[in-house]
Amino acid sequence: MNNLNFISPEIFISLSIMFLLILGVFRKNGSSLIHNLSIGFLLITVILILNNPFDTAVTLFGNSYVIDNLSSLMKILTLLGGAFVLSISTKYLKISKIFLIEYPILILCSILGMMVMISSNDLMVFYIGLELQSLALYVLASFNRDQLKSSESGLKYFVLSALSSGLLLYGCSLIYGFSGSTNFNIIGNSMDSTHYGLTFGIVFILVGLAFKISAVPFHMWAPDVYEGSPTSVTLFFAIVPKVAALTVFIRFMYVPFFNMIDQWQPIIIFLSIASMIFGAVAAIGQGNLKRLVAYSSIGHIGYALAGLSVGTNEGIQSSIVYISIYMVMNLGLFSCLFMMKRNDQYFETIDDLSGLSKNHPVLSLSLLVILFSLAGIPPLAGFFAKFYVFKSVIEQSMYFLAIVGLLSTVIAAFYYLRIIKVIYFDEEKEKYDTDHSVWLKISLTFSTLLILLYFIFPSKLVEIVSRINLI
Amino acid sequence: MNFPILSSLILLPTIGALFLLFSKDKNSNTGKYVALFTSFVNFLISIYLWYLFDPSTSTFQFVENREWLKGFVNYKVGIDGISILFIILTTLITPLCIISVNNTIKVRLRDFLIAILVMESLMIGVFCSLDLVVFYLFFEAGLIPMFLIIGIWGGERRVYSAFKFFLYTLLGSVLMLVAIISIYWIAGTTDIVQLYELRIDTKYQNLLWLAFFSSFAVKTPMWPVHTWLPDAHVEAPTAGSVLLAAILLKMAGYGFIRFSLGLFPVASELFTPLVYSLSLIAIIYASLVALMQEDMKKLIAYSSVAHMGFVTLGIFTITQQGIEGSIIQMISHGLVSAALFLCVGVVYDRMHSRLIKTYGGLVSVMPKYSILFMLFTLAALGLPGTSGFIGEFLILMGAFKDNFLVAVIASFGVIFGAAYMLWLYRRVVFGNLVNKDLLKIPDLDNSEKFILWSLAIPVLFFGFYPEPLINTIEVSVNDLIEMYNFNLNMYGPEVQK
Repeated sequence: MNNLNFISPEIFISLSIMFLLILGVFRKNGSSLIHNLSIGFLLITVILILNNPFDTAVTLFGNSYVIDNLSSLMKILTLLGGAFVLSISTKYLKISKIFLIEYPILILCSILGMMVMISSNDLMVFYIGLELQSLALYVLASFNRDQLKSSESGLKYFVLSALSSGLLLYGCSLIYGFSGSTNFNIIGNSMDSTHYGLTFGIVFILVGLAFKISAVPFHMWAPDVYEGSPTSVTLFFAIVPKVAALTVFIRFMYVPFFNMIDQWQPIIIFLSIASMIFGAVAAIGQGNLKRLVAYSSIGHIGYALAGLSVGTNEGIQSSIVYISIYMVMNLGLFSCLFMMKRNDQYFETIDDLSGLSKNHPVLSLSLLVILFSLAGIPPLAGFFAKFYVFKSVIEQSMYFLAIVGLLSTVIAAFYYLRIIKVIYFDEEKEKYDTDHSVWLKISLTFSTLLILLYFIFPSKLVEIVSRINLI
Repeated sequence: MNFPILSSLILLPTIGALFLLFSKDKNSNTGKYVALFTSFVNFLISIYLWYLFDPSTSTFQFVENREWLKGFVNYKVGIDGISILFIILTTLITPLCIISVNNTIKVRLRDFLIAILVMESLMIGVFCSLDLVVFYLFFEAGLIPMFLIIGIWGGERRVYSAFKFFLYTLLGSVLMLVAIISIYWIAGTTDIVQLYELRIDTKYQNLLWLAFFSSFAVKTPMWPVHTWLPDAHVEAPTAGSVLLAAILLKMAGYGFIRFSLGLFPVASELFTPLVYSLSLIAIIYASLVALMQEDMKKLIAYSSVAHMGFVTLGIFTITQQGIEGSIIQMISHGLVSAALFLCVGVVYDRMHSRLIKTYGGLVSVMPKYSILFMLFTLAALGLPGTSGFIGEFLILMGAFKDNFLVAVIASFGVIFGAAYMLWLYRRVVFGNLVNKDLLKIPDLDNSEKFILWSLAIPVLFFGFYPEPLINTIEVSVNDLIEMYNFNLNMYGPEVQK
């Protein structure tokens, strides 16, 4: 019974999914109600998580499920991300005629999967969570089923994701075969670099995880899926699953595989460098903002991985700080995308932003702040995110990684500047609609202010994150 | 001193900018008066600061130290004799820039003023930060408003120039960030005062010096990474060019003195020949290029490169005269180049051309303008009696003390400087009045007169009586050199082995 207390958030969210499904059957035209209820349920789940004791790691169900600071914080991030996505996308869904009851329910399902992933301390539990979130995401990607691109992106994501899950599963089976257990702690104790089977297992698992966070060279799906999916789903893709997958990444590397750091560190450094450079270079030629976000998110994951590759608590913390700030920046960026609407039609290319600053000064100013922050220019939040990562990287004298990373920020700055150029230096076009929902305005203001004023209290976030210690 | 006077200097322009941001009307004069008022108050505060400042000590004064990034970086600001002059230069130039927008900025005046005020905050921040991370923050953040100033209000090729400016500077600076974080892990702090005492281990100094150099060399700008400057200057609106030439370039010179010499004496000694060579190339090459320019702004931009070559040369002579000369040269160049860009701006507003050949014979239509332009031309070429002379003279004196050949070559730069400046003046102001459109243009109006005279007075005053400047910096420079030599004697021999 005691165990159930700790997983009350997961139980609550499962029950609410079932409740919403039944409600959806009985209430015709109940999309709006279900939408709002699911936001409410997500927030209640956050409260339930806060209710759990902090600073103590609890393992449940025969050591297969763990509640610690890492899992609690990342679950809160996931839930809040989900709630924000739901709250700002209502209008978009209505206009795109996909305002259906399944949408919030699928998002809740995938979040449930992520919560299980985040807390898993066992290969089996992990895999169940992963599949639950992936299945929901396949459907979400092709949610706008009348559109060719959306269906295509759903299918593409499904096929490639299934392949990577297969590799991951194969890795899990190798690990199980060579260590004799699926439990992370037991695997951790039996780690021994003379077992080549274990090394192979780690590599397969790394490949699978790298796919989920779209790190180069397993990023191929991201641009197409980001472009094809409905924008609200793209936003969800860009922030929420990344947080969950990164958490799993951290847990895998630092709990079961930590003794093998010599084996996995070079791989992650490679993934990180490749993602940073590729994300920066490939985004230069993009004209579609959603594709550009895909490439930029590949680059940003590179920085988060750089923090992860360090092998210290500070490294993990910096990587979590990075992903949190990245979440806020993307939330702001997509809020702006949702505002680019004229006569019930959404625009998503860079050229559509032309001369935005003359007609919409406030929106442009927010975009300016968000884009400079994404480029990592001080004193905005994005700079501090990079700063913490490179602080932990340089602590371990990994200068090469630091210099490559910082040089690729210069390349990346180019394409962010290009958007700013279009907004501020180019000729104006027609005005966009201004009848945005309150939530959209709130989320844009909130994210912009958070990014802009982060430098006043830069230690708050770090203090919270510094309670995460895995080693 | 309990009142946080430095923080208020930094914050005041930003508060003014916020006020403008929330004001409704976008193009009226009210905004201009608000901006002018805040920047003028800031100027008065900085003058008062100079009055309170005690020049008899080199310890940092008006220090504020607040916890910022917990257990890691403190927000620490303070000034010594070297930084106070730059702060006053900043607060003097900014209100003049704001007055000058009268004729130059036609669109989105409010946004322009916001950018200028934010820029002022950041520039003051650069000159008073006593922590490397805080310094980096201010140093880099200045890119954002400057990028917008060039890009939105600039000339035809503004986009190209804005990008070039931004990316060049950013590329130089990221290596400095790596160096700053490394210093934190090597020495355990980024506080400059503590670092001065701790001394960074000799084996790390060379690489760290190079990383800082990459950033400052781009910003100075030194040959061969100077190419962004002519583009940025030519395309920026007048007020932008003024800020760029008068203050932004000085950040690098200040950085050399404060960080390169202060933190890495052994490496500075080792790399002095490199800096000498690059400075000499900059002086000679930029002067020759300046001779060939058709565009007035470009000519002055190249003259800035040459003058900054003198500055870096003077700094790395590491003599009392050389460094004092460099600081005075930077202040003087700040005033003179600002004035020259404003002079170009004056005729550009009337004729909408920056080409030298458009003009000629201006003396007969704009006599008052010609007098002031003459004064600044002579100051730029370092005529005795202007502040330009004091700086150049001291730098050459320092150079002769250190290396005869270098000084001789640098002296050629003075001759070239006279050549291109006088030739520019002759072609623009004297000669026959060929272009008939020139007959219609009016002489200086009151605001232009006010701006130019506010710059002319200090140029002349410090030319005849540089005592206040030298008094302010003397002790700080002296102690810096003493510390430098002490460190070199303690740790230097290891390098020679």
